[in-house]
Amino acid sequence: MRKEVLFSGFGGQGVILASVILGRAAAVYEGLHAVQTQSYGPESRGGASRAEVVISDEPIDYPKTLHPDYAVFFSQEAYSKYLHTVKEGATVIVEKDLVPHRDLEFEKKLNVIALPLTEIAEETTGLSLTMNILTLGILVGVTGIVSRDSIEKAVRDAVPHGTEEINLKALRKGFEIAENLKS
Amino acid sequence: MMYLKSAYEIRDKYLRKDMLPTIFCPGCGIGSVLQFTLRAIDDLGLNQDEIVWVSGIGCSSRVPGFVNFDGLHTTHGRALAFATGIKLTNPNLKIIAFMGDGDTAAIGGNHFIHAIRRNLDVTVILINNFTYGMTGGQVAPTTLKGLRGTTAPYGQFENPFDIAGLAVAAGANYVARWTVFNYLQGINSIKKALSKEGFTLVEFLSPCPVSFGRRNRMKTAPELIRWYQKITVPLAKAKKMPPEELEGKIVIGEFVDRDRPGLVREYQEYIKRAKRMMGWEQ
Amino acid sequence: MRYPFPVGKSDFIQGDEAIARAAILAGCRFYAGYPITPASEIFEAMALYMPLVDGVSIQMEDEIASIAAIIGASWAGAKAMTATSGPGFSLMQENLGYAVMTETPIVVVDVQRGGPSTGQPTLPAQGDIMQSIWGTHGDHMLIVLSPSTVQEAFDFTIRAFNLAEKYRTPVVLLTDAEIAHMRERVYIPKPEEIELIERKLPQNEEEAKLPFGDPHGDGVPPMPIFGKGYRTYVTGLTHDERGRPRTVEREVHERLIKRIFRKILDHKDEIISYDEFMLEDAEIAIVTTGIVSRSAVRAVKMLREKGVKAGLLKLNTIWPFDFDYIEELAERVRKIYVPEMNLGQLYHLVKEGANGKAEVELIAKIGGEVHTPMEIVERVVG
Repeated sequence: MRKEVLFSGFGGQGVILASVILGRAAAVYEGLHAVQTQSYGPESRGGASRAEVVISDEPIDYPKTLHPDYAVFFSQEAYSKYLHTVKEGATVIVEKDLVPHRDLEFEKKLNVIALPLTEIAEETTGLSLTMNILTLGILVGVTGIVSRDSIEKAVRDAVPHGTEEINLKALRKGFEIAENLKS
Repeated sequence: MMYLKSAYEIRDKYLRKDMLPTIFCPGCGIGSVLQFTLRAIDDLGLNQDEIVWVSGIGCSSRVPGFVNFDGLHTTHGRALAFATGIKLTNPNLKIIAFMGDGDTAAIGGNHFIHAIRRNLDVTVILINNFTYGMTGGQVAPTTLKGLRGTTAPYGQFENPFDIAGLAVAAGANYVARWTVFNYLQGINSIKKALSKEGFTLVEFLSPCPVSFGRRNRMKTAPELIRWYQKITVPLAKAKKMPPEELEGKIVIGEFVDRDRPGLVREYQEYIKRAKRMMGWEQ
Repeated sequence: MRYPFPVGKSDFIQGDEAIARAAILAGCRFYAGYPITPASEIFEAMALYMPLVDGVSIQMEDEIASIAAIIGASWAGAKAMTATSGPGFSLMQENLGYAVMTETPIVVVDVQRGGPSTGQPTLPAQGDIMQSIWGTHGDHMLIVLSPSTVQEAFDFTIRAFNLAEKYRTPVVLLTDAEIAHMRERVYIPKPEEIELIERKLPQNEEEAKLPFGDPHGDGVPPMPIFGKGYRTYVTGLTHDERGRPRTVEREVHERLIKRIFRKILDHKDEIISYDEFMLEDAEIAIVTTGIVSRSAVRAVKMLREKGVKAGLLKLNTIWPFDFDYIEELAERVRKIYVPEMNLGQLYHLVKEGANGKAEVELIAKIGGEVHTPMEIVERVVG
């Protein structure tokens, strides 16, 4: 079982942190193999931001994503650049308000969840920057790539001290959205 | 009046006999400064096994090989960087860095000022002979304007460094400069330097008749010593002299004597702070 | 002993962080460094941990001073490390030679990035393979290890200290920006699960008098560290067994340098380490080191699916190099491919080893991206 996850957006949206939390949940709390890589350098300070997670039950050879099974797009640039690399049937989460131009034809081959993520995050926690954790909740809720318990633990480990509860609130909102999508 | 032990006694106690004779030329001042240093160690009753001699490259840097102590003869200019590792690993060891002017102020200039900035606990004994003696008399960053070396055969056209002044400005705890002729002041300064925490420097104007004097119409050590007497001015006197009179002169004396905390003490405090901040200790 | 990070469990950390934690667990108590991407996180982790374990972490004025400081620390009895990237590694070469000549156990980490010069500071490369082996001047011998995963970065760091201590030699851990910044699952063992080797100290006065001799016949002299009353003199000049400078005698120089070679080469079977993947019946061999090995594993799987009998030899040590084994491999296979993130370095070693017994082809890639498995597959199937 090799699963590839791509997170992309722009610097400041918490793309890297989301990927680290997912990798940590898999590696530390599920006993799976996981690799997280990211674009590093000027890009991570305001420009396009990209992070990848590969999760597997056996040792991971090539550490990067080739054809992501899951992808998260937080910006138009990210969507336009990487949408066509995802695997057919991939689950793709799109920040609807920030991606006005969509390739709806290509999306037919995918399972696309397009929501105003920033707005929902703000409504849920009062902080738009919890959007990344909210999205993780949706991703985990929909795909079951790791358990809810594991991702909660990883969120607690990784977010700044004192922000655990607010982030868990965002995460659980994500789970709730996933439940509603399924039913 | 200070009682001086015989030179033989000092030699037998502190030198490695199998390494003798030294490589130093007739008239070289390094032997004198070595003697001052050994006498200072002896007078202070320091434990021979708790001193490490460190050096870089050059004539004076060969000294650690002749003395019967632990010694690290390192690469050109880097002695103080090596010393930083020794001292912080085993703060019980006293470090003497025996260095030359080229080693200290040219290739090792940056290590020198940063070791002083850190206030590394080390005593630098600096042999300043205005030249690269070992490699045959090239000019050094200390060579006074107009003096000749093989790489400035028509006379040095650059300005010289005042190493002691540099050390004072960078924050050393103790800085003194003498000529090898000032033996009592020299020994006393080394004793003081060895007794202090932090960075201490004793600079000696030291004759190199073979590589330096010969090219500058001073073929023998006595001629060089007489020249030192002419160009050096004691600090007290220099303070009363107008700058134009001090042009081309070298001030000798004790320039600074202060007690800023040394690197070892600062790092030990840092360890305590780290443990407190992490809640490991009260 | 209390550690500033969890032990006896898995964690999800970057390669740089894994190297730092491994160093702490290996007993490293002196770190000197100078900031440089992509190695700075090693320094930052050491800066955080060292004071808590009563060790030293100090920022020097440059990389020359950094390696000098760790050599000094080693002679004062500490296990010591520095880490850098290409430009800093170049600055360290002079004192790396000094460490070889004075037989000082130290660990130097080079996190490779695109070069020469400032090049691609944030991106991985394998352009320092030759520098890690041949960077310093004169005839010299040292050990170079090369991890391909974050777990290996951890494990090989421990091994680097063990080899340094055992053979009284500098050891280079050659890694790259990809592994340095990649997060991966790593098992951080408890101290009691780690086998550590400590340097030999003189057992009697006779041994203490021969800090550069060979009293045990294994080429590795005990190390009379400073402050123990040995009155050791250490010099970068050619020296005899007692450490006395003997700079003009041919025999003394030859005896010293050949012993420094011998102490490593006589133990190369123990030092050299590699992993094989589907190599037994392979007709095509891929030889790699470091991060590219992971693309190559996948490439081998893909080639096998296509019916190509491919296999992989992943080199965990780059130096000393097992030329004989490469020749043996070349006799068994039809062709050897060497994918590497440079314009041909490991390739030259493999070609020399193959000794004409099989064709050796370079798959070069530069610019800061690891080869994709497909790029290797396409070159093999044409």
